[in-house]
Amino acid sequence: MRRIRKAGKQESRRDLCVPTSRPIHRFLLSFFSCVPAFLIIFSSVSVSAAPIIIIGSKKFTESYVLAEIAKRAVEDAGVPAEHRQGMGGTIILWEALRTNQIAFYPEYTGTIGEEILKASPSTSTADMRARLEKSGVGMTGELGFNNTYALVMQRTTAERLQIHTISDLRNHPELKFGLTHEFIDRRDGWQPLAERYQLPTQNISGIDHGLGYGALRNGSIDVKDAYSTDAKIGENDLVVLQDDLQFFPQYKAVFLYRLTLPENVIAVLRKLEGTLDEKRMIQLNAEAERTKNYTRAADLYFQNDASPRQPRSGESLTHKLIRWTSRHLELAGISLLLSIIVGIPLGIAASRGGAIGQAILAVTAAVQTIPSLALLALLVPVPFFGISPRTAIAALFLYGLLPIVRNTATGLQDIAQPVRESAIALGLEPSARLWKIYLPIASRTILGGIKTSAVINIGTATLAALIGAGGLGEPILSGLNLNDHATILQGAIPAAVLALLVQWSFDLLDRFLIPKGLRL
Amino acid sequence: MTALVQLRGVSKTFGAAAALHSTDIAFERAKTTVLIGPSGCGKSTLLRLIIGLLEPDDGIIQFEGAPTTFANIADLRRRIGYVIQDGGLFPHLTARQNVLLMSMHLKRPAAEMDQRLTELCALTRFPQTALDRYPIELSGGQRQRISLMRALALSPELLLLDEPLGALDPLVRAALQKDLKEIFARLKQTAILVTHDLAEAAYLGDVIVLMNEGRVVQIGTLEDLRTKPAAKFVTEFINAQRGLALV
Repeated sequence: MRRIRKAGKQESRRDLCVPTSRPIHRFLLSFFSCVPAFLIIFSSVSVSAAPIIIIGSKKFTESYVLAEIAKRAVEDAGVPAEHRQGMGGTIILWEALRTNQIAFYPEYTGTIGEEILKASPSTSTADMRARLEKSGVGMTGELGFNNTYALVMQRTTAERLQIHTISDLRNHPELKFGLTHEFIDRRDGWQPLAERYQLPTQNISGIDHGLGYGALRNGSIDVKDAYSTDAKIGENDLVVLQDDLQFFPQYKAVFLYRLTLPENVIAVLRKLEGTLDEKRMIQLNAEAERTKNYTRAADLYFQNDASPRQPRSGESLTHKLIRWTSRHLELAGISLLLSIIVGIPLGIAASRGGAIGQAILAVTAAVQTIPSLALLALLVPVPFFGISPRTAIAALFLYGLLPIVRNTATGLQDIAQPVRESAIALGLEPSARLWKIYLPIASRTILGGIKTSAVINIGTATLAALIGAGGLGEPILSGLNLNDHATILQGAIPAAVLALLVQWSFDLLDRFLIPKGLRL
Repeated sequence: MTALVQLRGVSKTFGAAAALHSTDIAFERAKTTVLIGPSGCGKSTLLRLIIGLLEPDDGIIQFEGAPTTFANIADLRRRIGYVIQDGGLFPHLTARQNVLLMSMHLKRPAAEMDQRLTELCALTRFPQTALDRYPIELSGGQRQRISLMRALALSPELLLLDEPLGALDPLVRAALQKDLKEIFARLKQTAILVTHDLAEAAYLGDVIVLMNEGRVVQIGTLEDLRTKPAAKFVTEFINAQRGLALV
């Protein structure tokens, strides 16, 4: 997962799997009758039609732009292509590629060596190719630019302190470092860098890449990590500190592709080799960030060619909001339904206590502790899941289980002993006791669990955007990477409103589902 | 006349503590037997063994001469009514639904259920207008009347009452004692009632069974207990109860 980067506003145009219908229909479909939506999503995802080339990209501007360039090149060769934007990170893209769920995606040689192959820095390109081939993956030649890590500072600070190289930082332990979490953790990141340069390590804090530029500007941090083709370096007039000990590995951009791709597609990718130098890439990145439109930036790449494209009409905000929201409700609704279907029986089993009951509660609780990105990374390589809304639904389903299981178990266990014994003494069979007595009495607690689960699901459904499954997470993640509040709010406000609406509809539902005798 | 329920060598322990030592006892038809004794004497345990909420460690329990087993206990329970101290009413059901729960479960005809409900209301003197209230909307006495109606709904051969009036205030309690006596008499009901109140036992019981520390100490009328105490404990227990002179 190299670099958490700027992501633009232009959202994916795909409409993954639900047949187009009027927005209000889709809304109703997803919210009130999850079952049909569930069937539609599962059937239509698995039956994807004609061979469309699926292109992946990581969650930062440059990756989006490179994928868009390739998409247009492939389409110009007469092959239909689709771009799954901003997927979770290296591990998710690599697994998707390895398991043939995407055809290709842009990657960097340094990441291939360090993260994917876990190879020594001295590994040759030929060696890398040979090892990738074992996974059925090919690597194009270099596209031309090297997007390596760099440390950057405000020009004024650097000049005042006479800092030109990374070695110069050694004499300034008072400087505050704001580094991306990924950089802090990487094998070629902060730890070995600090060791090599003997840098002070007291003033280190983790900060999101997009937010870091703001922090640098207002002086909350003095040094941050960046990438050498980052448009922000020029925009903010930052100084790139010279890597005087040549610590950072080479991050030459390439495409990783399935070796089984049609030859004409591979040929198209190879034609892109050597066509992009640093200056050109910074320019395209800046264009993408300025216009928030990756397609336009990609078109700029082709501008010298003879075939300028019709500019695509942008999607209106209303339409985008409806698309995000309906997808969001679909994801949250279907996963909630599954959590209910599975969670209530599990809760009933757990309420009986014993080893099985303990095990059920322990496992559902343990699932909660898995970070969402990790859970996605675990699910993506699994057949059937992969890069699809199914994976997001599966993850949401797992996260939604605990409140339902726990509340069902608690609700049943809390039923007073006299009530329990009366039901037995009347001669009701165990199933009749459960359905006619225990579950209705526990209904308030069980519905409380479902309500919690629903609100959590609305919140967590934003993670679907990490694997290109859409929803309100799209603008939220884009906005976070862009440090663009307006874009964040486009996702965050509808998500908050949804959570409230869900809360209210469940409060309303309480009146129908909780027996009156329990509400007096 | 044969006994409706008979216990032969029935015992029950909870962990190390014996709740009921090996006990033989028979309960006769159309009689009200009162089990009485201090807390923890095993009287409630005895009732719970009969209805199958507890399984005996040893011995057999016979209902109409046939031993109760895991296989037939569910059917037997439908021939036994069970009333407990706080009613054990289902809070999510109205009074009517509580009473008719089993009748509806067994899909009895609606007309039959209506008629039975009218009879039961008259019998227990419960106002029909209050049948659609939920347990939480009823007074303590009303709840016990509903609990009694529920127990009597299927015309059980045996009625078990575990301190049914224990939680009621004295006036309501007195009224219900009077009603219970009439009901038992009118229905010729075989009933076993647990109480720790000797006055109530004397008022309602045809037979009094005095228990202590998991054993039956003496069986007889109050007069028998007074005049021919089987052990020193019998006299102690009678003397400990105040206001008995009023009985």
